Amino acid sequence: MRFYSQPLAALLVGVLFGLGLCVAQMIDPAKVVNFLDIFGTWDPSLALVMGGGLAVNALATPLILKRPHPLLDNRFRLPTLTKVDPRIVIGGMIFGVGWGLAGYCPGPMLTSLSFVDADILTIVAAYLIGTFAARRFL
Amino acid sequence: MTIVNFTPWSALLGGALIGLAAALLLALNGRIAGISGIAGGILDPQRGDVGWRVTFVLGLVLGGFLYQWLGLGVGVGHIAAVVDTPQLVLAGLLVGVGTTVGSGCTSGHGICGLARRSPRSLVATVTFMLSATITVFVVRHVLGEQ
Repeated sequence: MRFYSQPLAALLVGVLFGLGLCVAQMIDPAKVVNFLDIFGTWDPSLALVMGGGLAVNALATPLILKRPHPLLDNRFRLPTLTKVDPRIVIGGMIFGVGWGLAGYCPGPMLTSLSFVDADILTIVAAYLIGTFAARRFL
Repeated sequence: MTIVNFTPWSALLGGALIGLAAALLLALNGRIAGISGIAGGILDPQRGDVGWRVTFVLGLVLGGFLYQWLGLGVGVGHIAAVVDTPQLVLAGLLVGVGTTVGSGCTSGHGICGLARRSPRSLVATVTFMLSATITVFVVRHVLGEQ
């Protein structure tokens, strides 16, 4: 049962997530870079995307985690690390440079595959190579 | 500072949809909706833990298609990268390495981690927001590109 239900649920949730990114216009890297350009042509919109997403999720998460287990599995699988270590800071710094350079974080990048565009394929390929290499060697 | 193209309502609506999706993934599958973690798990497959990751990423792309097909995105055909190929490659590599070393991206830390009040996610979110802001400042106002 779980073999089918979890992938199906993930598919529907993925569609909703992708639609949200599109409606929020996070799939437009020019808008993302303008959001990060506080000292130039600043577009504050994406602060409301994060704020809106966080507000909904911050209300829902504690209620969901009160339940003994999720609907389609026998337990919640949450990150187990709690300590702030150098990796979290170094990784965040590296990710930030990449995000600022092109205006793509992973969600909008993958959702933008729907544009079937050579530039998108290029950055997604580089992203996957970077992820694979870091998982292997770092 | 000049404020440009501020779209508060679509931003809030889009953000709420993203938050709802993240809450649903937790309620249904018991998983955190961190895109880099979900996608990364496909490249490093563990038995019995690949199917939902693949369908989630397919769902993201389907969501993009659906948005265009519904005609919601006026002018979405014009959405294009803002930098050239070498910078796209560099940016993609940095995003891949950074999110892997730092255990998450905008969604996993910024939306899910903060909602769980994770100190790691708070540090990560502040760090990548600062780093991205400084990067744009350097590229646009120090190097004078874009």
